[in-house]
Amino acid sequence: MIRLAVISGKGGTGKTMVTAALSRLLKGTMVLADCDVDAANLALLLHPKPIRADPFMGMKTAAIDPALCTACGECREHCRFDAIERDGDAYRVSPLRCEGCAVCTYVCPVSAVAMQPRQTGEILYSETDRGHLVHARLVPGAGNSGLLVHEVKKTAWERDGKSDLFLIDGPPGTGCPLISTISGVDAVLAVTEPSVSGLHDLRRVVTVCRQFRPRIFVAVNRYDLDPSLTRNITEYCREERIPLAGTIPFDPAVIDAIRAGIPVTDAGPSPAAQAIQILAANLYQELKHIGNGL
Amino acid sequence: MKLAVASGKGGTGKSMVAANLAYTLSQTEQVTLVDCDVEEPNLHLFFPAPATKNDVTVPVPVVDAAACDRCGKCGEFCQYGAITVLPNRVLFFPELCHSCGGCTLVCPKRAIHEELQRIGTLSVSAPLPGLTLISGLLDTGSPHAVPIIEAVKERADGDPLVICDSAPGTSCPVVATLDGCDACILVTESTPFGLHDLQLAVDVAARLGVPAGIVINRSDGKDEATLRFCIDHDLEILTTIPFSREIAAIQSRGDLLCWVRPEWQKDFSALAAKCRSLAGVEQ
Repeated sequence: MIRLAVISGKGGTGKTMVTAALSRLLKGTMVLADCDVDAANLALLLHPKPIRADPFMGMKTAAIDPALCTACGECREHCRFDAIERDGDAYRVSPLRCEGCAVCTYVCPVSAVAMQPRQTGEILYSETDRGHLVHARLVPGAGNSGLLVHEVKKTAWERDGKSDLFLIDGPPGTGCPLISTISGVDAVLAVTEPSVSGLHDLRRVVTVCRQFRPRIFVAVNRYDLDPSLTRNITEYCREERIPLAGTIPFDPAVIDAIRAGIPVTDAGPSPAAQAIQILAANLYQELKHIGNGL
Repeated sequence: MKLAVASGKGGTGKSMVAANLAYTLSQTEQVTLVDCDVEEPNLHLFFPAPATKNDVTVPVPVVDAAACDRCGKCGEFCQYGAITVLPNRVLFFPELCHSCGGCTLVCPKRAIHEELQRIGTLSVSAPLPGLTLISGLLDTGSPHAVPIIEAVKERADGDPLVICDSAPGTSCPVVATLDGCDACILVTESTPFGLHDLQLAVDVAARLGVPAGIVINRSDGKDEATLRFCIDHDLEILTTIPFSREIAAIQSRGDLLCWVRPEWQKDFSALAAKCRSLAGVEQ
């Protein structure tokens, strides 16, 4: 199995649009995962049929029993996350701030604090035309998105580990969800755009990827909006010896396809669809030579 | 007033709105612009200026091997699996540590003390007479965005007008940015992706009790679904910015719309006035 994650650094460069199209174009059996767990959009293009949903339990969070609390304030004193607030004659825990460290349970002299399991999301296992999709729903504002990414990948791996390709729609950024996404993958496709922000964020996400093992490929989306910045990106890729797998033009057909809820490559011929076909063919050639091959 | 700019979906134009709002307001008052997208900060690209840089650190445990008898209490207590006690030594995984201090409390031999470890940088610059820019930058490879967001926000504490530019998404970095703000602007685009993620972002703001208003960016006029959602949820559309290749090009090369096209300043002044009334702040 080849594991490929589509990432970007900067948000909104077209990861999901490219992932959905690649799911149609790359050959072989496939399992898909949406690892952008706090703003998951791949399902909006692939319309999966639900098979099962399992609760995601994040970190336990603290809860103070008001009947036992003597309001001594020890918990608040020791909480490093400002998660304990005064509530009348007692204290209470703000679940949005609590990071589940359990220090409050240790310091409470009357054992009024207990750690309680809390469901902070769901892991969804669904069927698409191109194989199973593992995605998730995170309660808005909940933490542990990195842990949820890990669980999503594990579910795909355990249930569909025999597929030829594991295709992942990744999160933006460089922090814990991104690190959790790229750990253990064979290759990443970084989708960028010709803007100073796009290149800046690409450089950073490449630096993070270099600390792991994946092969790195780059695609430039909306490349024709600023040819000179696109040249800066291709120059950077050459210096870093990162293969440029494809360039996709700005094309209103992309927005029309997203509004229609389909991958742009399903919407009939268009400049963007044609460019993504070339991208997929290039990527397929490269992936064949990684690990056990496709 | 402390104002946040967030979105749910990435790439909708948060930094564009935050930068132009700050630029416009800085003509008449003192503004502190805070880049809370510490994983991929971009505001310094729009306001290049020499910056004073300081390390952002978090306390992490250090075990005194001579005092430690490998009883294992620290490893049992750590909820994050950051400490593993072996028969002959203690392993510590800094990327898993949340700096809660629990291990130092539970150690019966008092063999653990904390030392500061660098996780990123806080930069402060003054790119314009009325503007202070505070940016956080997470070290590449470090997963801990939240302590940096807290550090940059704390640096802006007490400043009269603070604009915080958030990371995309709806999880911890967004919560850390919105927490304590008087109002937030949610920037969206009129696609099913934009609307889906806007709904989540509205939910986060509501859970934190932060009043939210909407900016529709890159509008091509097909905004019906977004408008309907906003009406149904009693959310004010603060402004609508049309799609134009010119605006996209200005933004792409790192310029400011309100600087290149000063006529836009009145739109951003009006946006600021609406944010003030959203926040319940006297004009």
